[in-house]
Amino acid sequence: MGELKLMKGNEAYAEGLIRAGADGYFGYPITPQSEVIEYLMAEKPHERTGMVVLQAESEVAAINMVYGGAAAGKRVATSSSSPGISLKQEGISYMAGAELPGVILNVVRGGPGLGTIQPSQADYFQSTKGGGHGDYKLLVLAPASAQEMFDFAGLGMELAFKYRNPVLILSDGVIGQMMEKVVLSEQKTRLTDQEIYDKYGHWATVGRTGGRERNIITSLHLVSEKMEKHNEHLLSKYKQMEAEEVRFEEFNTEDAEYLFVAYGSSARISQKAMQLARDKGIKVGLLRPITLFPYPKKKINELASQVKGILSVEMSQGQMVEDVMLAVEGKAKVAHFGHVGGVIPTPDEIVNALEQKIIGG
Amino acid sequence: MTVEEIIKNGQQVYKKTELMTDKELSYCPGCGHGTAHRITMEVVEEMGIVEDTIGVAPVGCSVLAYEFMNIDMQQAAHGRAPAVATGISRLWPKKVVFTYQGDGDLAAIGTAETIHACNRGENIVIIFINNGIYGMTGGQMAPTTLQGMTSSTSPYGRDVERMGNPLKMTELVAQLPGTYFVSRHAVHTPGNVRKAKKAIRKAFENAIAKKGTQLIEIVSNCNSGWKMTPVKSNEWMVDNMFPFYPLGDIKVDGKLVEK
Repeated sequence: MGELKLMKGNEAYAEGLIRAGADGYFGYPITPQSEVIEYLMAEKPHERTGMVVLQAESEVAAINMVYGGAAAGKRVATSSSSPGISLKQEGISYMAGAELPGVILNVVRGGPGLGTIQPSQADYFQSTKGGGHGDYKLLVLAPASAQEMFDFAGLGMELAFKYRNPVLILSDGVIGQMMEKVVLSEQKTRLTDQEIYDKYGHWATVGRTGGRERNIITSLHLVSEKMEKHNEHLLSKYKQMEAEEVRFEEFNTEDAEYLFVAYGSSARISQKAMQLARDKGIKVGLLRPITLFPYPKKKINELASQVKGILSVEMSQGQMVEDVMLAVEGKAKVAHFGHVGGVIPTPDEIVNALEQKIIGG
Repeated sequence: MTVEEIIKNGQQVYKKTELMTDKELSYCPGCGHGTAHRITMEVVEEMGIVEDTIGVAPVGCSVLAYEFMNIDMQQAAHGRAPAVATGISRLWPKKVVFTYQGDGDLAAIGTAETIHACNRGENIVIIFINNGIYGMTGGQMAPTTLQGMTSSTSPYGRDVERMGNPLKMTELVAQLPGTYFVSRHAVHTPGNVRKAKKAIRKAFENAIAKKGTQLIEIVSNCNSGWKMTPVKSNEWMVDNMFPFYPLGDIKVDGKLVEK
């Protein structure tokens, strides 16, 4: 086993970036994720690996620094929380349009507006349905532990480069702030300049070397037919993600008569609710989507044939439940339960909701 | 006699830099952008730094600068070019990074990114084309539009009481400790073109020497937006723009120039 450390989720993400061999992080403080940049500044990654860390003047500037670095073939990341992620949407849309890799962490807090600094999952639509302007998707990973905050920093970077598309890690104030033990993987070395030339020199703006054609990074296509072709190309990447990248975790689904679907901290709470329900003789299972785009539609559809009803548990007024309903295709009863505004549901409330909205409803 | 024959006989006295593509410029005839592009690319070619130069194009008339400049380039969101350039420059400190921005891009929506990049002293070159108007969207008032100057959104002239004052971004950033060389030029006469090119070269040299942020403003005409002939627009620029945006060095070697 690797090195074990007790860390906050936010710190685990920061350490994950360093160990994944990231070249740069550009951020701006906002509660509840400021520990990311605080940890990075304290760790001096420029001494450990040569990684650049810069506190930008705004979330807008930070995501555009990510754009510039990514467009020059570097492995770059940022992080923020809901209001700050709204500010980054312009840059994220440009990155998706210009096909740039990069990792963005959202430690979600309650909204809308300035909202609250307490945990929430109300940014699901923004994360999975686009977020900024235009037809695009992000690959969305939903960590449910400090360990996954660490792991997904590296996994996110890998997937971002595989698809040349931004990857969003959709976390929340619970996962970002809670401390858990984290198994730290070995330090990966950063790519050398030569390796970047060799791997990404065919598209990245690293300087027009060796008399080759110039590389251009842009999201502008003024001819409608070209713009449509570009959109179709982007769509083909999203289709490939749906074919290759669906990730989820199942608990007690073998004999389940009912099912919870929940991600992130709601999945952790739903695990406890599942135990309480089973103690009462209700055979309930849990499906935890790990990727929110691509969504585990097929798996949920299969389980919908097996169970009598599904409760989607989310700290929102009912966002993910729409994807659950689409996946279920009317095969089973579906309901939503959750709290909003930073209120965290208890396991008992979830069991009650199952009994009232699904079993007795 | 064909062009090839003239060149064979050693008669060629001038050649378009290979760092300008053959693509037809999208700029209006008479506009200063083409000349500003050319001298920037000539500097890159003459310094032999094409393999190490990365440019950032803005939003505005010069959004397609990457179609004309034959080097690796990125297109940035409106006003964000200095942040984009910061990202490149921090991660590739050995590269030469420049932005090419108009006044709508740099002095309005990108004010924060410009001031903070300059204040941090990012080792980048900012080429700032100021024609006092939003050209691409059809001649609307810009932050740099002069008092009394007409535009499609100040059709009776800029009334500073209601519309605010024109902004001198170049003087503003010269006050910041991160800027090293800040100079204002024009490209409407051969003499001015030579001076502007010299300043751009100095800016690139300073950026390579890690002296901080270099900003070269080029006061330019916008004959379309100003609704004038090219000749008339240049005369109007001399009579009206230059008094408010005087040409010359504002900060040299990190020190403000005494006026």
